[in-house]
Amino acid sequence: QQVVQNVVDSKGGPAVRQMTFQQPVTQIAEQIYSIHNLMMGICLAIFVVVFGVMFYSILKHRKSLGHKPATFHESITVEIAWTIVPFLIVIGMALPATKTVVAMKDTSNSDITIKVTGMQWKWGYDYIKGEGEGISFLSTLSTPREQIGAPGKAPTQARGENYLIEVDNEVVVPVNKKVRIITTANDVIHSWTIPAFGLKQDAIPGFVRDTWFKAEKVGKYRGQCVELCGKEHAFMPVVVNVVSEADYKVWVDSKKKEMAALADDPNKTWTVDELKQRGEKVYTANCVVCHQANGKGVPGAFPALDGSAVVNGGKDAQIHLVLNGKNAMPTWKSVLSDTEIAAVITYTRNNWSNKAQENIVQPAEVLAARK
Amino acid sequence: MSNIAMDHAHADHSHGHDHGHDHDHAHDHPHGFRRWLFATNHKDIGTLYLIFSFTMLLAGGVMALLIRAELFQPGLQLMQPEFFNQLTTMHGLVMVFGAIMPAFVGFANWMIPLQIGASDMAFARMNNFSFWLMPPAAILLTTSFLVPGGATAAGWTLYAPLSTQMGPGMDMAIFAVHIMGASSIMGSINIITTILNMRAPGMTLMKMPMFCWTWLITAYLLIAVMPVLAGAITMTLTDRHFGTSFFNAAGGGDPVMYQHIFWFFGHPEVYIMILPAFGIVSQIIPAFARKQLFGYASMVYATSSIAILSFIVWAHHMFTTGMPVTAQLFFMYATMLIAVPTGVKVFNWIATMWQGSMTFETPMLFAVGFIFVFTIGGFTGLILAVTPIDIQMQDTYYVVAHFHYVLVAGSLFALFAGFYYWSPKWTGFMYNELRGKIHFWNSLIWFNVTFFPMHFLGLAGMPRRYADYPAQFTDFNQLATIGAFGFGLTQVYFLFFVVLPAYRGGKKAEDKPWEGAEGLEWTVPSPAPFHTFETPPTVK
Amino acid sequence: MSSGHAKAPYYFVPGPSQWPIFGGATLLLTMFGAAAWVNDLPWGVYANFIGIALTLVVLYNWFGDAIKESEGGQYGARVDVSYRWSMSWFIFSEVMFFGAFFGALFYARSITMPWLADLDNKLIWPDFVGHWGNIGPAGTIETFKTMSPFPIPTINTALLLTSGVTLTIAHHALLAGHRAKTSLFLFATIVLGAIFMGFQGFEYFHAYTELNLKLTSGIYGSTFFLLTGFHGFHVTMGAIMLSVVLYRHMRGDFTTTHHFAFEGAAWYWHFVDVVWLGLYVVVYWL
Ligand code: HEA
Ligand code: HEA
Ligand code: CUA
Ligand SMILES: [Cu+2]
Repeated sequence: QQVVQNVVDSKGGPAVRQMTFQQPVTQIAEQIYSIHNLMMGICLAIFVVVFGVMFYSILKHRKSLGHKPATFHESITVEIAWTIVPFLIVIGMALPATKTVVAMKDTSNSDITIKVTGMQWKWGYDYIKGEGEGISFLSTLSTPREQIGAPGKAPTQARGENYLIEVDNEVVVPVNKKVRIITTANDVIHSWTIPAFGLKQDAIPGFVRDTWFKAEKVGKYRGQCVELCGKEHAFMPVVVNVVSEADYKVWVDSKKKEMAALADDPNKTWTVDELKQRGEKVYTANCVVCHQANGKGVPGAFPALDGSAVVNGGKDAQIHLVLNGKNAMPTWKSVLSDTEIAAVITYTRNNWSNKAQENIVQPAEVLAARK
Repeated sequence: MSNIAMDHAHADHSHGHDHGHDHDHAHDHPHGFRRWLFATNHKDIGTLYLIFSFTMLLAGGVMALLIRAELFQPGLQLMQPEFFNQLTTMHGLVMVFGAIMPAFVGFANWMIPLQIGASDMAFARMNNFSFWLMPPAAILLTTSFLVPGGATAAGWTLYAPLSTQMGPGMDMAIFAVHIMGASSIMGSINIITTILNMRAPGMTLMKMPMFCWTWLITAYLLIAVMPVLAGAITMTLTDRHFGTSFFNAAGGGDPVMYQHIFWFFGHPEVYIMILPAFGIVSQIIPAFARKQLFGYASMVYATSSIAILSFIVWAHHMFTTGMPVTAQLFFMYATMLIAVPTGVKVFNWIATMWQGSMTFETPMLFAVGFIFVFTIGGFTGLILAVTPIDIQMQDTYYVVAHFHYVLVAGSLFALFAGFYYWSPKWTGFMYNELRGKIHFWNSLIWFNVTFFPMHFLGLAGMPRRYADYPAQFTDFNQLATIGAFGFGLTQVYFLFFVVLPAYRGGKKAEDKPWEGAEGLEWTVPSPAPFHTFETPPTVK
Repeated sequence: MSSGHAKAPYYFVPGPSQWPIFGGATLLLTMFGAAAWVNDLPWGVYANFIGIALTLVVLYNWFGDAIKESEGGQYGARVDVSYRWSMSWFIFSEVMFFGAFFGALFYARSITMPWLADLDNKLIWPDFVGHWGNIGPAGTIETFKTMSPFPIPTINTALLLTSGVTLTIAHHALLAGHRAKTSLFLFATIVLGAIFMGFQGFEYFHAYTELNLKLTSGIYGSTFFLLTGFHGFHVTMGAIMLSVVLYRHMRGDFTTTHHFAFEGAAWYWHFVDVVWLGLYVVVYWL
């Protein structure tokens, strides 16, 4: 029953039994690495000296060896010395760090700016400046639940080398370009990190914060959400694909075409079946973690949709709820398009045992409700 | 301290009815349940605190073991992630507020009056009230697992706005923390008043044992920051239920403001959990080195400096929230400064041992173990204080490793050391030395097996509060889990093979069982009689 | 020191008392009730109020015991000093509690507002202007008017300052042994406090009905009501303390040298006064 797996290093992620920082691919990460080495060196040296003295004393100044206690219990000189020396050491540690702090904060003159939005539990990306401007997409965990398993349900699929650190839509950036990352969030605080870049920035709802990186090596780099954000906190990874400038151009073109194809006209009128079909996809991608595939929710935590009064009642209330959220229910108005919201509502109204009176919602109605 | 002399023979204290007044109810020995439930005796209340906190240690420990069991392998085996988050949160809350803090209050209750030659705590009834607020808080916390949605799962730091999303369990946690805060404030007022006002004649502040000094400063910290925590969670409560917008940008508030208020409490809080530990260690090292504490005065100044600095470093927990660069630098420098007074303490302990005449009974083993392992935790703290490095390691297992080094091998080890040192006075019996040593070595080894690998996990980037992790992290997690069970079993051993037997009997303890020990507490009989120092001793 | 103190023990330690544990139990009920209440469970409000009522019963008995011991001459000079220390530290803890809310106000005004309105945040809140007393960037809050320092808060300032003076007069009268004068000025202090609370209540009414300023009015409403609300709560507590002191004074509990209950309540009252001055400046004026 246990899925046999032979874990290998993740490229751009952690290695098996890795004991130190991931291989740096930005200058900042390199500086962090070397400051850390410096700190480790100094601390180890102090440690050896201080505990060398202590263990010497422990070995020699024992009663069992007949050592008689000395009577000294004060020495102003010594005490001042061991106040000043650590003070100087600490300053010596802080100085190199200061330079890096200032460098990390300098987000000016970026080539590309990407807005990163943390959501429960996925990342949204909008390229807002530089080449690729206008591209936007959502990025969710692509490791199938069959690999994760559940209590009492062993995983049925073998785990890959990037278990939990792989996504459906990767962030693509060109190599050797300064990329400014702007973070914000829709619901709670998340945190966006790529260890190999030495970069980590909280994404705070209602605020934007920024940071930057300039990756110097082509490859995929992996991180994970690092601020507790609710139940799926462990399941919203970050993957950045650093490509050559030429490859980046190709990617931008194809992404733009793809987006144009996907764009919906909010004024188009759909049939119930079309909406249901589309809605099922939206449901699986966004709603299923809480409300569950069978629509029964999780008692006490996430309400059931099957048989729900809101789903079977008037549609305006449901549109409002989906748009604006309530308690643990996130607001979807900035995440999903009018068509997607209309589709998923229509889907829930006609699925499981639900047979709502008002069984169809058109995108235009959602558009109207947004105002 | 060596020049303290007592003008009292033991017999005077035990049952001397030398006051000719009529209200002698202070002298009767209450028996049965009244003695414990209605207690006004500092020793009984101290015992109650110690029992309570050990119970909470086991409860929080069981939660930790569940966490570790889930993390034994990647994937979800035992629980859903939402329950995992509840366990992490409650483990933190229970350990911090239920186990470590009350344990130190228990020590304070038992030892401060004995050490300063006072008959009892300044406010005996309020003392009991402080205690009897703890079980209600514990009940609120634990029953919150049973309400719809379960216990709060927002982390022990209860960050907004995740805390706003939580179910009723969150409100119960808020009210529990309110109650515990009230308890801490009253307890601290009691301790400060006792120390400032009830010292025996001749016991000047600068002659006072270090444990009393560290508690005096700790109590000050508690009174200063517990109300701030109360304010923070009150705002959380009104945000949740009464439509305020303190932590909600839509109404002009700010989630980061919660973090500022919380950590203004939170950082002094971690020193609240370590300063009394420093005090205990400062009593034990001289006793077993048979040599006076080195640099008593500088110990006092160092402790005060730590307390003062602790108010201006809080944002080192928030380097990744995106503060202005000046703020990052300020908090980095201020934090690193704390290494200086802490270093003074470490050096003074070692200078006390230097040229001493040492023996290594269990209290000394735990004290030396404390210095050694706490310093590792201190160094990782210093490394985290460096902003760029912290940005790399914030919210990874490196932080988890850091704070367990200072909290488990720091605070908890010091508590064990204190137990072995003073339990002869409490119980009248000597604990079993061999078993004490077994407890120490097992604790030390399993502790390191559990938490040392977490440094590697953190460096490699494993985030904390994760119910599942990339498979590359498996081996170190397994090691940590094995260690955790070893450490847990060791504590069960401590309960059943050390503590309970020591209360039941064994070798009779002398009044002063430790050759090098000093202080008024060793001038009264073992076990310490119900009433001590009803007429104060004179300290020369 | 009254004659009874000659036989006061070196330090008075009370015998066993049931009040602490009862207090723990009643607070448990209070808090369970509160948690249920805020989550709209029907029994919550009853449990909460019963809990509070029982807690008051406990406190009544507890303080009753303490007063009896004090009047029985069991509190020596050292106990008196203990009470002084404890009251001072308690007030310090209260200062820190208010500090949290003042800090929140400062942070919201001086850091959050400009930040929300800065260039970067135009990305999500394009039209937001960060002047103080706004409806927040999201437009989810109803418009409201901010509270002016005139006339009520200014009148209230005068009332509280006067009450500080009357209380001091009462204290001097007590020290001089003028019992009737003490009662009179103590009473005046309480009345001033009550009028203050009346105005405060009226101000809230005015805020809700005419300014549309509510607890839900964004960060302005949040800080305004929590700061003034907690202050009002403390005024009420102080007035209750002073009333008890007045009652005890009329009963003859206090002597010219032994009346810490009076002084403790007075310290508390002055502390509440000072908090108000802070509020008056930073909440109403700035
Ligand atoms: C008992 C509790 C305790 C103690 C004593 C400390 C002590 C210190 N802590 Fe720790 N800390 C915690 C409990 C504690 N901490 C907890 C619980 C958290 C996590 C909270 C959470 O997020 O849940 C935390 C988190 C934490 C962080 C945030 C990490 C993050 O989330 O990103 C930081 C960063 O600066 C930090 C720093 C320090 C420092 C510099 C000290 C210093 O006081 C250490 C000083 C000691 C020494 C340095 C060693 C001895 C000195 C010498 C031998 C002298 C010579 C040395 C030199 C000259 C270098 N701690
Ligand atoms: C304050 C003190 C303290 C103490 C003593 C401990 C003790 C332990 N802690 Fe920790 N811990 C915290 C404070 C503490 N902790 C805090 C503040 C957090 C952060 C929470 C947060 O992120 O919000 C944390 C988080 C934390 C995590 C991270 C969880 C996560 O991020 O998801 C882990 C993981 O391994 C852990 C493990 C342990 C272990 C194995 C112990 C061991 O030392 C425990 C030893 C076990 C026992 C003592 C139990 C013995 C009992 C038995 C074996 C059962 C027998 C039963 C009966 C007798 C009835 N703790
Ligand atoms: Cu998103 Cu953690
Ligand atoms: Cu800290």
